[in-house]
Amino acid sequence: MRFDLQVIATWIEPGSRVLDLGCRTGSLLAHLTEEKAIIGTGIEIDEEAAGQAIAKGLSVIHGDIYEEIEDYPDNAFDYVILSQALMQVLDPETLLREMLRVGRLGIVSFPNFTHYRNRLQMLFTGRAPMSKELPYEWYNTPNIRVIPIIDFRRFCKHLGVPIVKEVAISTHHHDEQGKVITWLPNLFATFGIFMLGQARRPGSD
Amino acid sequence: MSEYIDQIETGESVGLVEKKFFTFGADEPLVLESGRRLGPVTLAYETCGTLNADRTNAILVCHALTGDSHVAGFYDGNDPKPGWWDLMVGPGKPIDTDKYFVICSNVIGGCMGSTGPSSENPETGRPYGASFPVVTIGDMVRAQRRLVDSFGIDTLLAVVGGSVGGMQVLEWSVRYPHRVHAAIPLATTTKHSAQAIAFNEVARQAIMADPKWNRGDYYESGRPEHGLAVARMVGHITYLSDESMRHKFDRRLQDRVELSFDFEADFQVESYLRYQGNKFVDRFDANSFLYLTKAADYFNLENHYGDGSLVAAFSRASCRYLVVSFTSDWLYPTYQSKTMVKAMKKNSLDVSFCEIEAPWGHDAFLLPNTRLSDLLSGFLNKICLHCRIGDVA
Repeated sequence: MRFDLQVIATWIEPGSRVLDLGCRTGSLLAHLTEEKAIIGTGIEIDEEAAGQAIAKGLSVIHGDIYEEIEDYPDNAFDYVILSQALMQVLDPETLLREMLRVGRLGIVSFPNFTHYRNRLQMLFTGRAPMSKELPYEWYNTPNIRVIPIIDFRRFCKHLGVPIVKEVAISTHHHDEQGKVITWLPNLFATFGIFMLGQARRPGSD
Repeated sequence: MSEYIDQIETGESVGLVEKKFFTFGADEPLVLESGRRLGPVTLAYETCGTLNADRTNAILVCHALTGDSHVAGFYDGNDPKPGWWDLMVGPGKPIDTDKYFVICSNVIGGCMGSTGPSSENPETGRPYGASFPVVTIGDMVRAQRRLVDSFGIDTLLAVVGGSVGGMQVLEWSVRYPHRVHAAIPLATTTKHSAQAIAFNEVARQAIMADPKWNRGDYYESGRPEHGLAVARMVGHITYLSDESMRHKFDRRLQDRVELSFDFEADFQVESYLRYQGNKFVDRFDANSFLYLTKAADYFNLENHYGDGSLVAAFSRASCRYLVVSFTSDWLYPTYQSKTMVKAMKKNSLDVSFCEIEAPWGHDAFLLPNTRLSDLLSGFLNKICLHCRIGDVA
């Protein structure tokens, strides 16, 4: 399993209710179901991936995350996970608010755009950076957003969403191993992983 | 539904099967939704596999509009075709008869051995004809429940079915929530659209416009074959798709190189529909077609169980669901499946949903499809683990 998913898995309490947005073939859900006896649901837009996840015995809805998340009641889940999909999300503000409406906690992971190698590439080649984490040309990328760790923190502040927990990691070897970066994460981390709490409602203390 | 199952994809055949009959309600008739009474009631059914000692491995398969209880295997060695879902039901197949005990019954109102308009009315000694009471999907399911009871089965591991069979699946899950662990409604809807009712009405009118229909009293005078064939032709069009018809027939001519300039079947598609219509007449009763299409049109899960709210209707349910739709199904389009999935989610029910890319229209659930096979076997395996069903004796 990908290293960022391993980190996320350590954050999940056993027996909790988990919604995984963009769950692909369900490897995180399968892991959490087996290791932590969670009650999990996934949403995946790709038929092939969703089909494979359901065929594994997981509960998965084939559909668009924006549309599908709307149907859940408030606080239907303990955790709502959006792993490595925020770059492709059209309206992150709406989605994050929805995540924290249907879930007590939200977990978001994304590739850190301002990793030093990206910076050096831009500086020395003058071209849009391409990396293992963002391996696309400007003309074929599904990623419509670039997200530095620092900016994501600012974004959470803007939304009034508390950051409950945060880890920056650097991964290598097929992404299955990695290490936690504590020194200058915005420069040295390839991924940022955040756990977010529900925003305080105006008027409440 | 059409029966063009020739290929066997995986696993083996269940081999020889037998049509059996279960009769109930001779003393205490079934009180139908209409308030009318029906009894005695006979259901034709078939079983495959073995019921385990604690009776926890039973799967009820519900057939579509004009299907029957013959779900898999062969009646005898000379049968040209196996049962209608032989692809799915058998040893090593997604509905694995090495593990599960499969029951498939013909619905009431039908004409394949279950009590229907062609059955003898015990009060008159003549076929019911149009005096047969109108039955609903709920009535069909209540009759099936009596059959399930007769096996001493308390809870079904799963109820599975496509199209009108899928309506029965939904009905089971809401009417008897504690008797169903899992429900798999395929290519179906919680209520007919105006378009679906419209096609059914055209089909019914074709039958009733045939002078031989004789207000349903034709069993001695000769059947309204032409009307029934036209009804089937209309239905058959709705089971296909624009793309599948273009692929199969396009505008190709049948047995000729130029147009006939008369009303012969010039085009292959005309010839195909005539063939399907005529073939249907040999095996189906026109009155049953009227009753079954009416039952499908009347089906309205939200009105019946939720006072107009589908969310309220599914608040009665407690089983796990696997909902499947097909991209080219224009009879029960994906939005109808999504509507039911939405209502299930609002009730925090455990639901999986997949819209399978398939060009062949509504009938896709009857055709070989690896995706569907994988979904069914994976989902059933999970249910099986969850329920910890005992070994087959």
